[in-house]
Amino acid sequence: MAGTGGDEIVDILSGLALFADLTRPQLQAVSHTFDEEWFTEGQRILRQGFTGSNFYVILDGEAAVRIDGETRATLGRGDFFGEVSVLLGEPPTADVVALRPLRCIALAGPEIEQFLISYPRVMYRMLQAQARRLRNANRWRS
Amino acid sequence: MAELTRRPHPPGRYPVVVVGSGPGGLQMTYALRRLGVRHAVLSADAEPGGMFLRYPLFQRLNTWSKPFGPADRGSRQYAWFDWNSLIADETPLRSLVPQFMDGTSYFPSRTEMASGLAAFAARGGLEVRYGCRWEATRREGDEFVLVTNEGEYRCRFAVFAVGMAEPWIPSIPGLDTAPHYVKVMPARVYAGHRVFIVGKRNSAFEVADALLPWARLIVLASPRPPLLSVLAAGAGVRAKYLVPYEDHLLGGGVFVLEASIDRVERTADGWRVSTSGTHGGARTFEVDDVIVATGFTSPLGDLPALGVATFYHDRLPRMNPFWESTTLPGIFFAGTITQGAFGIRKHGGAGNSAGVAGFRHNAGVLAAHLAGRLGIEVPRQMLRPEDVVPYLLAEATHAPELLNQKGYLARVVSLDRAQGVRDEGILPLAHFVDEAGADAVAIVVETDKDGHHHPTAYVRRGGQVTEHELPGDPMLNYEGGAHRAPLQAALSGLL
Repeated sequence: MAGTGGDEIVDILSGLALFADLTRPQLQAVSHTFDEEWFTEGQRILRQGFTGSNFYVILDGEAAVRIDGETRATLGRGDFFGEVSVLLGEPPTADVVALRPLRCIALAGPEIEQFLISYPRVMYRMLQAQARRLRNANRWRS
Repeated sequence: MAELTRRPHPPGRYPVVVVGSGPGGLQMTYALRRLGVRHAVLSADAEPGGMFLRYPLFQRLNTWSKPFGPADRGSRQYAWFDWNSLIADETPLRSLVPQFMDGTSYFPSRTEMASGLAAFAARGGLEVRYGCRWEATRREGDEFVLVTNEGEYRCRFAVFAVGMAEPWIPSIPGLDTAPHYVKVMPARVYAGHRVFIVGKRNSAFEVADALLPWARLIVLASPRPPLLSVLAAGAGVRAKYLVPYEDHLLGGGVFVLEASIDRVERTADGWRVSTSGTHGGARTFEVDDVIVATGFTSPLGDLPALGVATFYHDRLPRMNPFWESTTLPGIFFAGTITQGAFGIRKHGGAGNSAGVAGFRHNAGVLAAHLAGRLGIEVPRQMLRPEDVVPYLLAEATHAPELLNQKGYLARVVSLDRAQGVRDEGILPLAHFVDEAGADAVAIVVETDKDGHHHPTAYVRRGGQVTEHELPGDPMLNYEGGAHRAPLQAALSGLL
């Protein structure tokens, strides 16, 4: 699905923390590697308990993280989700549901490993984001 | 002569209007007629065939029609081995493309494909108003009005099967001055030339393959590495076009580069292409020819202005699982445009809707959906509870809908205690898993992360849908005990 071009998406990606270290040609390659996907209000992107999910980065809109129907977090522009399920090879433990029209770029689960190895600076940024989530979760527990 | 000049579907009011007479439009009108849905079909062309009247440029398709597949020609199952023929319930209308193939290849030539489509239209008695060009669209109350060169058509539902064969060129300085794929000359014109091809998908590799005996040097460039179908379970560049890639690996005068194109300029005796390598390094190429193989877009006309939201650089409409615009209900799409609906995309797979093999099945599903929306009853078969498990496994093993549209289309059986066990037909899986409904089961064939195929059952019980992956099989036969037992267990208490 992805094609050449993609300047508008490249512009958005250049403003997101996850891709902040990439050159413009690299951002173009990212925009050709991921597929653009749109979701309508109420639509599920990740489905709790279903195998085979993918990795998503939000370009625009808002989504809720829901476990057994209860909202646990809200995600917006620049946030990403789905990586835990792909990295562990396990079904997601939550639904992610669009709260309004949601624009994402998506990378097929099986492509993540090669992508992160090709772009170690993205992997480092992802690790930082995970560290932040872990710290916040620990604070919340204590 | 009077018979020849009688033209069907004059302007007026119809429940459904279909635009297009390529494989998508033809399959749509066939399916609507079978269900008794009154409709008009309009086409700007003079004859059936759509893009196959012009493309592929080098005259042979990249999808198989195996004259001697494992299933008998003319059977329903044979459609899995014949990806190019339109589908029908009547045996004489089935498997038409192989009837025109001369046996030199199991990839039909463009003319063999076009002959198969024309025969389907003629033998099926499909009525299309040719030479009737859709020019504008507006909304009046709950109707759509399609303005054509022959007058106005009013309808509740409009289905656009207008293909995705208009050249698309990204906004790179100078790129629009170079010829697009559609303007490529016969291969011998490139004898001894250095050729730079922008793009690394099927159309780029198709051109490179055709130029191998002629060009002095071939460079293919785009920012990401090529995606090869042999590695990505069906997606990407087909094996048929991989010889240039092998030449690249061998160092034989073909170069497949990861680079973004900064600028394309005319020079006194050719072209200059400036590039930036994805992983560093600027490079300039002086070549005799530049070919822009950056793909295609769908001619949506004024639909975006009317409220049809698009994506992918405005090349495709945003659609729900039944291929209805998510922003302008009542506007539907058929044919290759249905590739813009991804379904639940397990492991990144998104059905096979870009090609005839997949979208011909989508048309049947859409026709049944439209019939339902119009209050026309679609006949459904009741099943005995003890037959459900073998029926679902037979479908997973043989149904061309499930095999062509892996992970997208499902066979659904409802298990409502009051209504009885009923075959609900073929439905999009995304619709089944995300919509409420009575107890039911859906079966699909999916591809796992390693590229292996296997059936998966989705069971809706008390409003909750659960996933039950069944094992694969080296011979792709899912009808044995190893599959019956776990499916029976997943349905326990429901049958």
